[in-house]
Amino acid sequence: MNPDSAVEPLSYTPEEAAAALGPEWTATLEKAYRWMALGRAFDARMQGLQRQGRIGFYGAATGQEAVNVAAGLASTSDDWVFPGLREQLVALVRGLPLEEYAHSIFGDALDPARGRQMPCHPTARPAHYVSMSSVIGTQISQAVGFAYALRHRRERGVVLAFFGDGATSSNDFHAGLNFAAVFDLPVVFCCANNQWAISVPAERQTAAASFAAKAPAYGLEGRQLDGTDFFAVYRELSMALRSARAGGGPVLLELRTYRLTPHSSSDDPRRYQPAGWAEEGARRDPVARLEAWMQAHDLLPADRRAKIAAAADTTVRAAVRAAEAAPPPAPETLTEDVYASRSSGPAEGTE
Amino acid sequence: MTEAAHAARSHETSRSPSAEFPKGRRLEAYRWMVLARVMDERCLSLQRQGRIGFYAPLSGQEAAQVGAAFAMQPEDWIFPAYREVAVALVRGVPLRSVFDQLVGNASDRSKGRQMPNHFAFSEIRFVSASSPIGTQITQAVGASMAIQRRKDRIATIAFFGDGATSSNDFHAGLNFAGVFRTPTIFFCQNNQWAISLPRERQTRSATLAEKAAAYGFPGVVVDGNDVAAVYRTVREARERALAGDGPTLIEAQVYRFGPHSTSDDPRRYREDSQVQAARQRDPIALLKATLVQDRVLDEAADSKIWEEARAEVAEALAGAEKEPLPDVASVFEDVFAALTPRLEEQRDEALGMHGGHRP
Amino acid sequence: MTELTLVQAVNRGLQEAMRQDPDVLILGEDVGVNGGVFRATEGLQKEFGPGRVIDTPLSETGIVGTAIGMALYGLKPVAEIQFLDFIYPAFDQIVSELAKFRYRSGGQFPCHVVVRAPYGGGIKGGLYHSQSTEAYFAHTAGLKVAIPSTPADAKGLLLTAVHDEDPVIFLEPKRIYRAVTGEVPDGDHRVPFGKARLVREGSDVSIFAYGAMVPTATDAAATLALEGISAEIIDLRTLVPLDERAVIASVEKTGRAVIVHEAARFCGFGGELAAILAEKAFYSLKAPIARVTGYDTPFPYSLEHVYLPNTDRVAQAARTTVRAG
Repeated sequence: MNPDSAVEPLSYTPEEAAAALGPEWTATLEKAYRWMALGRAFDARMQGLQRQGRIGFYGAATGQEAVNVAAGLASTSDDWVFPGLREQLVALVRGLPLEEYAHSIFGDALDPARGRQMPCHPTARPAHYVSMSSVIGTQISQAVGFAYALRHRRERGVVLAFFGDGATSSNDFHAGLNFAAVFDLPVVFCCANNQWAISVPAERQTAAASFAAKAPAYGLEGRQLDGTDFFAVYRELSMALRSARAGGGPVLLELRTYRLTPHSSSDDPRRYQPAGWAEEGARRDPVARLEAWMQAHDLLPADRRAKIAAAADTTVRAAVRAAEAAPPPAPETLTEDVYASRSSGPAEGTE
Repeated sequence: MTEAAHAARSHETSRSPSAEFPKGRRLEAYRWMVLARVMDERCLSLQRQGRIGFYAPLSGQEAAQVGAAFAMQPEDWIFPAYREVAVALVRGVPLRSVFDQLVGNASDRSKGRQMPNHFAFSEIRFVSASSPIGTQITQAVGASMAIQRRKDRIATIAFFGDGATSSNDFHAGLNFAGVFRTPTIFFCQNNQWAISLPRERQTRSATLAEKAAAYGFPGVVVDGNDVAAVYRTVREARERALAGDGPTLIEAQVYRFGPHSTSDDPRRYREDSQVQAARQRDPIALLKATLVQDRVLDEAADSKIWEEARAEVAEALAGAEKEPLPDVASVFEDVFAALTPRLEEQRDEALGMHGGHRP
Repeated sequence: MTELTLVQAVNRGLQEAMRQDPDVLILGEDVGVNGGVFRATEGLQKEFGPGRVIDTPLSETGIVGTAIGMALYGLKPVAEIQFLDFIYPAFDQIVSELAKFRYRSGGQFPCHVVVRAPYGGGIKGGLYHSQSTEAYFAHTAGLKVAIPSTPADAKGLLLTAVHDEDPVIFLEPKRIYRAVTGEVPDGDHRVPFGKARLVREGSDVSIFAYGAMVPTATDAAATLALEGISAEIIDLRTLVPLDERAVIASVEKTGRAVIVHEAARFCGFGGELAAILAEKAFYSLKAPIARVTGYDTPFPYSLEHVYLPNTDRVAQAARTTVRAG
């Protein structure tokens, strides 16, 4: 968030910004900026903790904040999120307490998933944020089935299915989009194309003109967006959600972002990213772009900005402190939740 | 129509003169198509009599198969689904070998291990067919990558149906082919029915061919009842493949006249009137009309062709049915390159139970 | 009570479940208009409509993945895989997702899907319409595995599966879909999981079987009885949860065990049963445990009668065991 770095400016007039974000646009902007700052601060802190060996693993979403915050703010409490690998900020915006998320990263006794998953795999049922797996793409067909169930029960919700560029090659992308189209379900497919599947660049992931261009293969509309432009993402996501809610069927959005950090703490992108890529990405930093626009329009005075940064820092520190103070899960939780009742295991007859 | 569909339909392949169907070979093509039809009808009745266990007919797909087979060269590799018997015949497999497989006897090239229709003929580069839908598609792409590596001037062709476009391997296979620009021809015989599921409920895209745009290469629709059109389309795709221009998806639109297989009763899910309408464009009748019009064929010659086909089928069947079952010991061969001690033990146990020869 | 074949009993079980609970729905290939390739879902789309009996595109990944999504929401989907041999495109969804959702979410997202699949040989189905790969699923923590061998159990276990809270792999022995008929209770008939069925009492040797091997084992027992050997037949009904108590008690009584399954021997479910007996009933055993199974080869077409365990092989194994001690 260096205000001096030359970022690609967001060229919106205040009127256009209001059109994209709705009548409460300045309040939405303020909220969005605060969430982005928190997300960025949390990512930075966690990467530091991982280097110190205090957590085992971390996958940052740095560069994807505009997408995540827009999805969190544009969706309603009726909607459901099936995340890919980097949508934790969506859960936070939708109500997952940061402290609880920190517990899940530390895998401690207060983690609702009892420390069973690697860091960055939170489950947040109250926020309508479904348990994720490390397997690429499997959530896509699940999201489609979930949307079938919503419609079956005549509920208003729309399902947001997130995945990355790499997941477009997966089995479940193919089955999920095909099923969603055949059954005309309320799903918004969000492909957060951060241009790298670990070391494979998007242009080696597929020979298609774009990921959005895959939609017509299923009889769907696909739209490619600048995922670092908060206004565009918010506007298009809102439209897609409205349309799906009104029975307009599924749509595929390709949100083009830049992965500004390694794939995960286990990855070293210097091995494969070409020179200049990181610099290009920095110019497209979604947080810096929004910040520059707000500053240019007198919506983010320096003292306000400093206050937000300090608040984010305090919140993050408190969450980490709470998580580090919590004990590990009790040993007996190891065999819980395999089946509904513990006696349902393979050897029930002997209990 | 979507932009991609438009692109797929309006894709112009090079009109190369060498891609035209050689007129002198039309009668030959006709003979193969008749042989396939006669065999098909015979096999349906053999299954009803319990003389073969199963059969998946190809009626309605003869022009698509013969046209594609004519367009491919002997050095090319074929990755079939389970209806491509006409392709195998055109490439030189004796009818008797086909019946050995259908009966599952000791002379079967696959040692009676697979259900009928699941052929494997290495001598014509016709790769072993499997029942799972679509798995051959990625395999064909892998073979194409091997061809690239060896710099051979060869193409592969993968056969599959409309249902297989929903399979995992269609998605992975076409994607890999696009990324690696492999010399692969994806030949989809869209016979309108995946058992009971009609084409329009398989996917919402306007055509199957337009799915190629999702993988970055051309897709073409061709009338699968027109043997010359199929030949030309496959030939052009093959030229593209050999020129290093990458893969092509061909959707040959046909109609499955018969049941999905002998285990299926299509009256449960489709109107007979639809079948009758489709039969108005029977690929064999269409080719016959052209041949008669061009005075290459008359009724007497045509009758002879059908009679010869019937005789050929009867002879192949009689020979195949005389053969014994494969030897009990053969069950344990080919699991691995060599028999393991454990398998030897199990073989001896089976021989003790059922008799048979120890090799 | 109604006299039904096994596949009819499956059909009645599905019908009963769908009448009981509007959240139960069926999805799969050819299950709707066509009534399933084995007719297990015959008439159901007519009664419950295409919204509850769903003909899907040809993708097992899609079938199981969307069933999982439905279950996460709270519906009770019953997914049909046309043949167990075609389940592997969905293996990722079953093993990585279905089996693990409850555990990985700390119980927040239980995921109850029933996956039905006809399985097993004896219908001249060759390599891809014959296999018995129940061990893959029994090996995966979080999945239950049920296998009926009678029409009454087919309905009763299926209704239990639909109303269970955990994912169930429900394997139907297609070889005896129509070969056996039996009285099936009308209405809400449920057979509990984890309770083996004593098919025939005996004192000399215990024969453990499931699915289509139960009638084979029972025929063998009749043969053995003529020779003065008293065989006890136990139908496991569910591999997970396993009725260990019944298995151990039987061997404590007879002192001898023969395990029968169609699946290949190596790492087959019989290996687990034998291990349990070795661990917990070792001192009751009078003779080595015998396994009568498919061979360690892929499933052959022409010679499937050689591959499959039959009455002679089961009887022979029992005799050998009895003579051993």
